[in-house]
Amino acid sequence: MPRLLASLPVIGLAALLLPGCAEQQAAVPAAGETEALPAGAVMLTGAGATFPYPIYSRWFHTYARENPVRVNYQSIGSGGGIRQITEGTVDFGGSDAPMTDEDLERARHPLNLPTVLGAVVITYNLPGYSGTLNLDGPTLAEIFLGKITRWTDPRIARLNPDQPLPAQDLLVVHRSDGSGTTFVLSDYLARVSPEWKQRIGVGQALRWPTGLGSKGNEGVAGQLRLVPGSIGYVEQAFARQLKMPTAALWNRSGSFVAPSIEATTRAVEGIEERVGEDLDFRLSIVDSEREGAYPLASWTYLLVPRHFESCTRARALYDVISWAILDGDEHARALHYAPLPADVKQLVLRKWRESVSCGANREPMMREA
Amino acid sequence: MAMQPVPEHAGVLAGLPTGPRPLLHRLRPAWTTGNLSDRIYAVLLVGFGLSLPLLFAAIVYRVAAASWMSIREFGWGFITSTAWNPVVGDFGALPFIFGTVVSSLLALLIALPLAIGLAIFLTELAPRWLAAPIAFATELLAAIPSVVYGLWGIFVLVPWLRETIQRPLADRLGHTIPLFEGPVYGVSMLAGGVILSIMIIPFISSVTREVLSAVPREQREAALALGATRWEMTWQVALPYALPGIMGAAILGLGRALGETMAITMVIGNRPDISLSILQPAYTMASVLANEFAEASGDLYLSALMQIALILFGITIIVNTFARLLVWRVARGRRS
Repeated sequence: MPRLLASLPVIGLAALLLPGCAEQQAAVPAAGETEALPAGAVMLTGAGATFPYPIYSRWFHTYARENPVRVNYQSIGSGGGIRQITEGTVDFGGSDAPMTDEDLERARHPLNLPTVLGAVVITYNLPGYSGTLNLDGPTLAEIFLGKITRWTDPRIARLNPDQPLPAQDLLVVHRSDGSGTTFVLSDYLARVSPEWKQRIGVGQALRWPTGLGSKGNEGVAGQLRLVPGSIGYVEQAFARQLKMPTAALWNRSGSFVAPSIEATTRAVEGIEERVGEDLDFRLSIVDSEREGAYPLASWTYLLVPRHFESCTRARALYDVISWAILDGDEHARALHYAPLPADVKQLVLRKWRESVSCGANREPMMREA
Repeated sequence: MAMQPVPEHAGVLAGLPTGPRPLLHRLRPAWTTGNLSDRIYAVLLVGFGLSLPLLFAAIVYRVAAASWMSIREFGWGFITSTAWNPVVGDFGALPFIFGTVVSSLLALLIALPLAIGLAIFLTELAPRWLAAPIAFATELLAAIPSVVYGLWGIFVLVPWLRETIQRPLADRLGHTIPLFEGPVYGVSMLAGGVILSIMIIPFISSVTREVLSAVPREQREAALALGATRWEMTWQVALPYALPGIMGAAILGLGRALGETMAITMVIGNRPDISLSILQPAYTMASVLANEFAEASGDLYLSALMQIALILFGITIIVNTFARLLVWRVARGRRS
């Protein structure tokens, strides 16, 4: 009883703070823990990145209604996902960043297959500023390097000629926990700014030259709300739910692009040339050259072992994910994720079918394919 | 005035002889002689007794083993290095050690006078109808989950501190005293210390209350009979008598402050810098573990985080040992 009482304020606060999230979570019971397992059902487990957790659990839950497959995905973080797939304790892993060659070697080369796209948005708190904030890569790098400290800096004003920016100090808020969001941002900044590449580099946790660290998207959002003049970055879905203002970014084809689901999907159109013959999807999709593509796009990977002991499980996993990728776009959009373009979907599934074997004789997973 | 029952730990904290004879001496008769049930009982109890030290040893062993790679790579330099760059794999613990120690001491500095004052009020002055609800409310503070403290910290405490305490401090004193140098962000070492102090007050005050009520009634009456005022009785008789226990209480609070994670992570600003100013962001050992462990990739990175855990472990052991020694010396000094 005391525990129950003590938890009441938490629930109340959480509901107040994150209306979007509360709603989302209520609508999506965690996959695999709801109904009793029907006879002959397959139970699959996965673990990894937190970023795709809402869409994965929604997909798996929806799929389980019609099919005897239960998937239990635990959002323990990308690092945890890679560790678990390396140790073979799960049927599949999830990771926001692709595995390195070294990781792959140790984990017997699991496939890194993109399932869905997300975007990182630049968000800010500028009281009295109602226009869209436009930024380009080099300016963004200067901001996060701590070289721009006032909103009235000419480098920002040059990109926003229509409305004068308030005379405020600029404060950077960044993630303090290791995060795929930070990875995507630093990947982009390293591409557009040699200084960033040399001084800071790319990673899920960085040695930040400036600013305050807050834990999680919600921590960054909370800090931004409190400090006028602050600027930070969060996942697109999160910013949408809290209706936070977002900046439009200069795209390499020559226009400012506001973050949207369509602009995110556009970032991987035409990716076929880059994945090459062996269909290696471990490539960055930030700073796309495509017209209308949002520069801070990323995809999240499913880590699938190349060999399954049980053909039933191998096929069940393929079935549920191929259903999600091919028929789950509406669910993805509803939760502010961007679906893959149709031809990329086909490539991903082809790679999977061709690479995975199962059973004692190492037969191909798909007999007739 | 009815004496309140004294909990067992109050005696230990006060360094009073509670009369434990050596373990083996007490157990030997039971498992060598006696009937079967007594022997089984004794063996069972030894098992319970040893389970915690064994668990402790197992934890130390695992953490040390996991941090071995980092220990070999950085050696003692890990403790004095201020680098923390996961991208290039260069790690050092000094900013985190500094943040943990300073925020905890700051918390103790704020909490100690408040908690002791509260305990004195409740045991010496307050009428029973007032003392009971206040004591209850204080203890309720200890039951609040730390993430709630953190959220409250972000949305209530930090903005308030920023506008009413930090900004005036930085504006008036910041230019002359480095301790209060700006800029003012709100989240800071000070905010971390304040939130920790609120969290440890219940622990310090309830233990202090117990040891104060354990002061024998005769001592108080004797002081009053000699013509002491209430103030003198409290300060010259009751408090000195309870001093070892109060020190124990303070250490209990410090121990909790050192290990607190969630709430302080949310308000301290998470910047691995060593700054003289308490208005600047800092970082603690527990916070960096909570922040970076889940997404840490690479063996050296994980190992460095484990070594931070090991150091945190070491610091808590040192603090507790020191506290035991202090309590023991004060108690012994008084007896002689």
